[in-house]
Formats: sequence, C-alpha cells, structure tokens
Amino acid sequence: MSATSARPSHAAQPSGGAFILKKALISALVALVLFSLMIGVRTEAGPQGGLIYWTRFGDLAALVATVFGGSIIVELLRQWWGPIDKDSLVPKPVQSAMSFAGRWLAPALLVFAFLVPVIFYDQRYILDLSILVLTYVMLGWGLNVVVGLAGLLDLGYVAFYAVGAYSYALLATNFGLSFWVCLPLAGILAAFWGVLLGFPVLRLRGDYLAIVTLAFGEIIRLVIINWQSLTGGPNGVSGIPRPTMFGIPLDNSDSGLAARLGIEFSPTHRLVFLFYLILAMALLTNWVTIRLRRLPIGRAWEALREDEVACRALGINTTTTKLTAFATGAMFGGFAGAFFATRQGFISPESFTFQESALVLAIVVLGGMGSQLGVALSALTMIGGFELFRGFDQYRMLVFGIAMVLLMIWRPRGLIGHRAPTVFLERNQAISSDLVKEGHG
Amino acid sequence: MSGDHILTVDRLMMRFGGIVAVNELSFAAERRKITALIGPNGAGKTTVFNCITGFYRPSGGAIRLAHDDGRTIQLERLNDFRISKQAKVARTFQNIRLFPGMTALENLMVAQHNALMRASGLTVLGLLGLPSWREAERRAIDLARAWLDRVGLLDRADDAAGNLPYGDQRRLEIARAMCTEPALLCLDEPAAGLNARESGGLNELLLSIRNEQGTSILLIEHDMSVVMEISDHVVVMDYGVKIAEGTPQAVRDDPKVIAAYLGADEEEAIAVMESGT
Amino acid sequence: MDYFAQQLINGLVLGSIYGLIAIGYTMVYGIVGMINFAHGDIFMIGGFIALISFLVLVSLGLTAIPLILLIVLLVSMAITALYGWTIERIAYRPLRHSFRLAPMLSAIGMSFVLTNFSQVSQGARVKPVPPIITGGYTLHEGSQGFAVQLSNIQIMVVLATIVVLALFTWLVSRTRLGRDMRACEQDQTMAALLGVDVDRTISMTFVIGAALAAVAGMMYLLYYGLVDFFMGFVAGIKAFTAAVLGGIGSLPGAMLGGLAIGLIETFWSAYFSVEYKDVAAFSILIVVLIFMPTGLLGRPEVEKV
Repeated sequence: MSATSARPSHAAQPSGGAFILKKALISALVALVLFSLMIGVRTEAGPQGGLIYWTRFGDLAALVATVFGGSIIVELLRQWWGPIDKDSLVPKPVQSAMSFAGRWLAPALLVFAFLVPVIFYDQRYILDLSILVLTYVMLGWGLNVVVGLAGLLDLGYVAFYAVGAYSYALLATNFGLSFWVCLPLAGILAAFWGVLLGFPVLRLRGDYLAIVTLAFGEIIRLVIINWQSLTGGPNGVSGIPRPTMFGIPLDNSDSGLAARLGIEFSPTHRLVFLFYLILAMALLTNWVTIRLRRLPIGRAWEALREDEVACRALGINTTTTKLTAFATGAMFGGFAGAFFATRQGFISPESFTFQESALVLAIVVLGGMGSQLGVALSALTMIGGFELFRGFDQYRMLVFGIAMVLLMIWRPRGLIGHRAPTVFLERNQAISSDLVKEGHG
Repeated sequence: MSGDHILTVDRLMMRFGGIVAVNELSFAAERRKITALIGPNGAGKTTVFNCITGFYRPSGGAIRLAHDDGRTIQLERLNDFRISKQAKVARTFQNIRLFPGMTALENLMVAQHNALMRASGLTVLGLLGLPSWREAERRAIDLARAWLDRVGLLDRADDAAGNLPYGDQRRLEIARAMCTEPALLCLDEPAAGLNARESGGLNELLLSIRNEQGTSILLIEHDMSVVMEISDHVVVMDYGVKIAEGTPQAVRDDPKVIAAYLGADEEEAIAVMESGT
Repeated sequence: MDYFAQQLINGLVLGSIYGLIAIGYTMVYGIVGMINFAHGDIFMIGGFIALISFLVLVSLGLTAIPLILLIVLLVSMAITALYGWTIERIAYRPLRHSFRLAPMLSAIGMSFVLTNFSQVSQGARVKPVPPIITGGYTLHEGSQGFAVQLSNIQIMVVLATIVVLALFTWLVSRTRLGRDMRACEQDQTMAALLGVDVDRTISMTFVIGAALAAVAGMMYLLYYGLVDFFMGFVAGIKAFTAAVLGGIGSLPGAMLGGLAIGLIETFWSAYFSVEYKDVAAFSILIVVLIFMPTGLLGRPEVEKV
C-alpha cells in the first residue's frame, strides 16, 4: 500500500516529472491518432442517400486533452501508491473486517431479500429491478454449475434460457397449460437440449467447446427468428399468461386474489408475488447446488475441473459427469427462462443474444468461480450498476464494457477468491483461489 | 517362475506413427507380490503403464487381469475410466496429479466416487438426505481417515492438496489410488523426488499395502534402492523390449542389464550394481 | 452449372474476407492462447476508418480512384493497427499470466466498448457508400439468359487477399519478427531466455492481425457498399468459426476455414434458404469438430499422461 513496501526490483522503475510527461504525451498522441477519424469526423447518411460528414475537432481536442490529463493522474497515483501488490492492496485490518462481514453477509443479504417487498412496497421501480437482479442471480447460479464447478466454458448459456422461455410461452399460449405445469417442463426441455448438445461436443476441450456452445446459442436464436410459424419470428410471442397463485389469478377480476381476500386490487400484488416466486426459485437453485457439491456427483464436477486425467484414473466416467453438469445448468436456465416469459408477458429473440450469455458469464467469473455468494454479489453489482446508467442510454453499454475490462484487471479471480471445502475432519478452512484450477473443458 | 499371476502381458505392441515404443513385450505380475518394471530412460515403461491403465490403446497383444474370484478381464479391450471402475486397476502418475484445489480428504472422497454414486442412488437419495446415504458417506469418510492415518497425513486432512509438500503429495496420491480399493496398484516412479528418509517410508508403506491389503503392486522406478529392497520380481526393459527378468538379485548381476544401463547412463549402471550391497 | 459457377465465385470472395479476419484470431490464439473477442470489432473499425478517410479524401478534391484507394488502404491499416496495439496494451497485457477466463472476459468487454464506441461516435444508422469500383466481365452466357459475372470488385478483393497473404507469409516465414513470433508460439519462457522480446512480439502480433482485419474491413466496404457498428459481431463470430474450423493456431487453416465458411454460406443461401445460412455454417462447424476435434488443419492434441 505504501511506497515503503516497494521492492528493490520496482525501485529501479523510472519516475519523475519528465517521465510522467513523456508517458502522458505518448498516450495523448496515440489517442489523437485513434480518435482522429472516428471522433474528429462524423458521417451520416444524407437526405439524398449519399453520405455527408462534418467535423468535430472540438470534441477530438477535448478527448485527447482528457487522455493526457488522465494519464498524468494515473501515473501520479501509481507512483504515490507504489507498486501494486495484490496482498497489500487491501490493508490487513480491512481484510479481517471483510472476512468477519463475509460470515454475516450471506444471511444478512437473505434477510434483506425477504424484506425488500415490505420496505419498497410503494416503489414499483425498485421491485422491478430486484426481480431483474434475482433473475440474473438465478442464471448466474445455474451457469456456475457448468463454469464454476465443472470448469466447462459455456458461451451459449442463453440458449437454454431461451428454450425455457419459449417452452413456457408456446405451451401456455397454444395449449393453455398453466405456469406451474410448464415450469418443470421448461426445465426438462432445457436440460434435454443441454444433453443433446453436450453429448457429441463435451469431449472437445477448452476453446473448442467455447466456440461450439457459442455457435449453439446463435443457432437457437436464428432458428427462433426464422421459424416464424412456430415462434412468431422477430415479432416474438405475446399474450403469455401471467402466473397464478396456485390457480388464483392476481388480477382485477372477481375470482382474483384481491377480490377473494376482500382487499383493494393493486398491480403491486402481482409484482410482490413475482418477487417471491423468483426468490424462491433462486434459493432452490442455490440449495440444490450446495447439496450437489457435497454429493459424489458435485465432487466429481470439481475434480473434473481440477484434473480430468486423474478423474479417469479413478474410474470416474467423465462424459456422463460433464453431461450432468451441463444438463443441470441448462435446467436452471430453463426455469429462469420460464419465469422471464411469465414476468414479461412477451418474449422475442432480442432478449436472447450473445450479450446476454456474456453478461451471465461475466457475473459468474466476477463473482469468483464457484462461489455462490460471489455470484449473488456480482449480479447485484453488475445489474444494479447497469441501472445507474439508465439515463445515459447511449453510453450504457460503453460504460459496461469499460467496467468489465477494469473489473477483470482489478480482480481476475473474482470478488470471492477462495473455495470452501465440501467436507472436513477438523477445520473448515477456505482454500486460496491460487490453487484452484479453472478447468480446460 | 510359475504361480498365480494377476496380470499377464502378452506380446504387447505399441506404435506411435512409425516409432515402436513397445515391441512384443511379455511379462507377468504375481498376485500379492510387488513387481518392478525398470529400464533406462525412454525404454517404454510409462507407455506400458498407459496401455495397462487404459490411457493408450495397444497396437497389438493382450493384457489379462485375473481377479481373485476367477474373473479374467482383457484390459486392452477396456479403456478410459472403465479400467479403474470395472477392472479395479488403480494408478498414480509420474508427475503427481492430485486435485490441488481440493483438500486431502476431498481427494480421497473423489476416489470413492463409484461406490458413493451407488450409495447416493445416483444422486437422488443423496439429494433427499436419506439415512442410508448418510451412513455410506460416514463410512467413506472413515475409510479416507484410515488411509490418511496410514500415510501420516491425518493432521493435514483439511489442507489443500496443492499446499502439501512434495513427499506428502506422493503419499496422498497413493492413498487416493488405494481408496478405489484396487486389485492391482500401478505406481509410476513413486520415489521420484523423495529424499532417503521419505523413500524409506515409502518402502514400508508399499510393503504394508502388499501384506495387509493383499494388493498386488506393479511399479516403475528409477530409485534402485527401492527396487532392490521391496520388489519380489523385476522386469527390465530397454528400447521397448524385455531384456531380463527375475529376482532383484538375479537381475542385478545380469550382464545384459548392466550393459543396458552402462550404454544409457553410466551413473545409473553404477547405481544398479552398488545398490543393495 | 452456370449458377453453380457464379455461387462459387461469390463464395470465394466472401471467404477471402472471412479468411483475412480469421488469421487475426488464429495468430493471437497461437501466441497468447486467448480468443480475442474484440477482433471482429477491429474489423468493423477498419471498415469505418476506410469509409471516413475515403470521404475526406474525396472532399479534399482527389479524383484518381487508384490513388485514393491506396491511401485509404494504408491509412485504415495504420490506424486500425494502432487500435489493435492499444487494446492489447490496455486490456490484455495486464492479464497475460492470469487465469484463462480473465483475458477472455476482458476481450468480451473490449468488444462491447468498440461496438458502442462506434455507435456513439458515428451513430447507429447504416452508412452506405456509392459503388466505387464498377464494371466487370461476363464469363459465360448461359442458355436461359443466366450469365456468370465476375465483377472488378470481386477480382480486386481476391487479388488484394492474395497479395496481402503473400506479404504476410513472407513476414512470418522469412523475417526476424516472424521467427520471433513462431518462437513465442512454441515456448514464451524459452524464447525470452534466448533474447526474444516477448512483449514486443505479442504487440506486433496484434498489430499485424488488426492490419489484416483493416484490409478485410475495407474490402467489405467496397464489396457490400456499407458499414454499420454492429457488423463486427456477426463477421467476427463467423471468422472465428472459420479459424476453429481450419484448426485454430494454423495460419493456412484460417484461410482454408474462411473459404469454407464463405462457400457454405453462399451455397446454402443459393440452394436452400437465405434465412438459415448462418445456422448451416454453425452446424457444419459443430459437425466438423465432432469428427475432427482440432479442426481441419489443426495439430492433434497429444495427451501427456
């Protein structure tokens, strides 16, 4: 943290005003070239169809100046802090305070989650946002089984989310099946697709698996767009029935919940119901995952992530083990998809793009691979942070991308960087993430 | 040498492209005995191991495993995880392959995967937390504890395997292999990188596995003190073929063996001649 | 038959563009072992810079089309290369020895940054340009009035690809830089011990990959007559698919994969359905990988036990 902890090897680094200035100048020069045409000249399709352009040298100058100033500030900060040492980045007292807080964080979050509809009953916006966050928490926990535990890189997770959403939407609109019948069906169908994809491709390793899952995600999306007779194509499916509280609709009708209870109807009722529904689904996902980790199948997933060859030498069928991980993750994605469909009442292929897969993957990796609490925290940070920029719609994804890069550089191993053992004799001690492998499948 | 053979390797061939790594190799390992496979670097020992344990599919020949109950299994027809699951052959690796991010105890629990999968009703019973599963899990932990005790790692049970010192990792890997309850234990250079004291401890451990568990052991080793001290039978390979076999004494005095080691590496040859004396 | 020949030409032209982008993926993968998700967007930036520089040059009064094209090519290659260099410096180098997923997510983030940067700076609407290179040849007059056409722009795309590839092959196989690159691909630590500047070599890899993507971007602009901020994503995924199909890490494989994807896409559109052309390309990728897990020209992975 302080400059005194600088090691000799770092001390040799050049410093001083001239150096900083030179660095800043180079940065500014690079920025000038990079932005010269992209910022300095603005093109647009003109009224006659041809292209017109106008210059924005003011903006360009401002941007280059910002880079120059920013570079100086960053360099000054870096020299003031001294070399960044991962261990000393967070001072010891703060670390111990954090670990103390960590023990109470999960229960506190849980209690808070249960109280959200009570506290924010009048604030529709916050309720809506909480539902969104919980949906991503659930997706993150689902993908965590595949990526975090089994170490299989899945870049097409959104495909299973889409399968779940469309399963419910189509079954409900075409056959009038209720949400509660469709929910398990959506999960089973998604798991089925997971197995169907997984069976041939799971012997691929590393980035080959990544590109195949990515391709699969795109295939599903493209089929949804183009199979118009079934899915409605780009227009999507609308009029998806809202969930009922075990048969009692949450609407303004005479048979609705409000009428039966004899209270005044309010649309918030449904929101609160949806909130508790997704909370229950997410917690179920969490409970099942925690349970599975302590069962032989879960241990085999983690062992697979650590060393596949050793697994085979121990008689573990790696193919079925990978398939179960894939199918379990897909199933949770399918559940979340069905929920998404019933919450929105309308779905279209636009909701199931690669960006969505990338977002969920980012939540898992930033959370700290395999950590349930970490995933919940990072979903909260990412989705919540994303909402902060609601006003600046244009810049939202830009800022999101920058944040993703910075967060990865800051914490490549995620927020919660240790692994909790699944069984212990005497001491339940966390394992440092430096030892934990991340798989290559 | 007659007797009760657990493993019979019959004219094993292994080719990689145009290179013949193992050429018509035949040997047998006796039940409840320690058989050592030695030879200079590049003789093809690890290739033989990989054929026996299903990581390579042999180009030719047969590998038969005769279980205590009279079942005979053709290992060259099984592959991959089935060697361990069905044929009950366990192995360790030359460059230790533990699960570094899991604790020592967890490593041994993973080794009992197949038994535990059955006990957990393929996860369903386990997910429900039925008493029969809890009982099975408790027994698995007891077995793991017993093996941790045997290899002297009981107090490190909850430490990450990757954090253990090298010698401990070697012993943990053997314990992990033993938790699969194998009929044949294949060890790929178990003493590599151990100091004299550790390698003495290893000898005792292997002898006790043979005597108490009745497990047959096949080992590749460079450390001649280990080979000479504990092996019941030694097979010597060079350039993919067997050049000698017999008791440690007989092999040590065999001029062909000495020549092979001299030709390959003088120091090793001297080690062969001097060890055990 | 004529129809087939025409589709073959179209497919090869499209495939050349994919191949040029795919080389960037495969080079980076070979040396750093990461999927540079932002590479598709580098291609898009290359297209934009070609468009803008073209516009500026024309309005400055230049009229000689070949001269304009040459300047546009050099400018877009240079600036796009600088984009490649900067991205490596900012987003990947700090994560060089980190865990595998961190640079990948950083790359995905960078891809978002580039996409949205060009959306913010140049607007979301498609930018059309009038055809710059016109004319062509009729190769064969069919009996049913169908003629096989080979347009000048198609010739130019293929020629440019061949020239660029020849230069590139010379660079990799004959120069000191190429030798350093191949050394780093084999073993970075050893290369560093033998005096190879690993950082610089990796930087140069990104620079060269981005320059090739800029050529592809300019060809795309000339061939299709438009650019938009989102084109990098689709083209990037296709090119990456091509790189994997050809065997990632293999340079001829990338070109071969590019041509294969271009042909599959064109023929599928011509004979089956346009809507499912991407589905066809991705499905064939999956099928090929099932039977050849390391792609067409990839080195088989030897499992060391």
